[in-house]
Amino acid sequence: MSELIQLIVSGTATGAIYALAALGFTLLWQASGTINFAQGEFVMIPAFIMLFFIGTAGAPLWLAFLLTCLVAMLLLGYTFKWAIVDPLIKHGVIPLVIATLGLSIGLKQVVKAGVTAQAEPFPSPFPDGLFSLGVIKVSYSDVGTLILAGLIVVGLQVFLNRTVTGRAMQAVAQNTDAAKVLGINVTRMVLYTFLINAVLAAVAALLVTPTYLAKFDMGESIGLKAFYAAIIGGFNQTRGALLGGVLVGVLENLMGAYVSPAYKEGVALLLFMVVIIFKPEGLLGKTEERKV
Amino acid sequence: MSKNQKIALVVGLVAVAVLPPFLKSYGIYLMTLMCVYLMAAFGLNLIVGYAGQMSIGQAAFYGIGAYIAAILMTRFGVSFWVVLPIAAVACFVIGLALGFPALRVQHHYLAFATLGFNVLAYLVMRNEEKLTGGTFGIANIPRPSLFGYSLDGSLAFFYFAYVSVILLALVLWWILRSPWGRAFAALRDNPIRAESTGVNITAYTLLAFAIGAACAGIGGVYLTALVNFIEPGQFNLSVSLTMLLAVIVGGSGRFFGPLVGSVIVILLPEWLRFLKDWYLAMFGFAVVVMLIYLPGGLISIGDRFAARGAAK
Repeated sequence: MSELIQLIVSGTATGAIYALAALGFTLLWQASGTINFAQGEFVMIPAFIMLFFIGTAGAPLWLAFLLTCLVAMLLLGYTFKWAIVDPLIKHGVIPLVIATLGLSIGLKQVVKAGVTAQAEPFPSPFPDGLFSLGVIKVSYSDVGTLILAGLIVVGLQVFLNRTVTGRAMQAVAQNTDAAKVLGINVTRMVLYTFLINAVLAAVAALLVTPTYLAKFDMGESIGLKAFYAAIIGGFNQTRGALLGGVLVGVLENLMGAYVSPAYKEGVALLLFMVVIIFKPEGLLGKTEERKV
Repeated sequence: MSKNQKIALVVGLVAVAVLPPFLKSYGIYLMTLMCVYLMAAFGLNLIVGYAGQMSIGQAAFYGIGAYIAAILMTRFGVSFWVVLPIAAVACFVIGLALGFPALRVQHHYLAFATLGFNVLAYLVMRNEEKLTGGTFGIANIPRPSLFGYSLDGSLAFFYFAYVSVILLALVLWWILRSPWGRAFAALRDNPIRAESTGVNITAYTLLAFAIGAACAGIGGVYLTALVNFIEPGQFNLSVSLTMLLAVIVGGSGRFFGPLVGSVIVILLPEWLRFLKDWYLAMFGFAVVVMLIYLPGGLISIGDRFAARGAAK
């Protein structure tokens, strides 16, 4: 029984990281109709930037993380939107899907060719060791991950629901034209979404890299989980991404422990297939009307 | 097809047929690999270019075809000629089963479904050691013979693969010219209008996807016979991604687009060996740049010049 609870706790921690990446993914989709297939690489790149700040510049982890957030906002937020999304979005979803696929190959190979093809160790922001709660033992890093991811998510919800800017962003996501009529600066709100996505990816990188190790292809698995988490929970619901992420994380852990560790990676796909057969709009999603 | 294009096609076909005897064995191998890769790429073009769907799992079907062939041929001594239709039908059926739930929802869900399917297929190939040999793969796969004539020699096998890919291309050409194939174009250009004229979008798209998958299965069988050794790494996600981007860079929805794309991902890297991993990096970014400046793919450069010439 205690083993089961431990598996659920650590699965929830992993799931919270997936949820962060999935959250950024859904935000981009809602605000601008961008499906970012390079989302996994958007987690991988900050991991290497952080390693650069730590290794070459000798910065402590917290400073490296803050600097990386800035670089990520500039590179994966602003530049990504300006150079790739803006010219392509008017042609519809598919060209952008292809472009982000190309971007994902490009980013991966640049790191492989120019930095390293090996897996690099990455410092954990949390202390080692276990934390006892009665019979249940939980690692500090799981607890830390849950707290940090939880703070980010709550902070984001407060920002989106309680501030004028946040509510304006939601208005853009719900109906771009109406938002424009109301005098909301749509371009700026969309840009904010891209910046938030970049920061979420950087946080996910900080949390996931200590266990995954920094490697050029680490984003493949995270990206995949993020897509599936987003769809399982409901593509057009922010809460859906959270539920989807945690569900995938927990079920993966249970599958790995009780059924077959070899097929852990397949859980997200199976869940995705079941969801799109029985509830295609996602567990928390609302049916989207077709825009003609 | 204009007269000039027909002449160019015939000259090209003859040139490729005449060239191999003058090449070293590695050159012949590459030419054969091109033919095999093209089988899967033509199938993918049907899905991407004509039915307008994203499939990021073509390598999974390529792999399923290859593994079916390798297992049946090495363990049970089944003939190549029996394996070929089995692999094609198996991939077709799996394609239907995978595509049906995904296409029911929203069409870009097929991209996610195929993506995950590729991961899953790779896991099965890697983990089911009893069946697939795991990471050690399957070796010593025999080459077929045709009417008692052995195709063991690299030159003989090249001509066999060459004729096969031409036949496959002709079949696809015929499919696309049929009324059934015409419905594809209608569907890709304006799905709502196509639906209103009685085209069942989901059924057509699903069928296109399954046929494309079957083509990859056939390619996989040939690949097995060509390389005599297969392992999971040949069919992972990045192979699918590269193939998808190759078809798009070549010019998706153009019959010979996959040909241009295959040259870029199979032949060019061999000449540009000194670039190593930078080649794929540049390829990835080139795709992004191309989509912005040349959305029709490389093959559309010809059209641009033609349009400019006509304007003068």
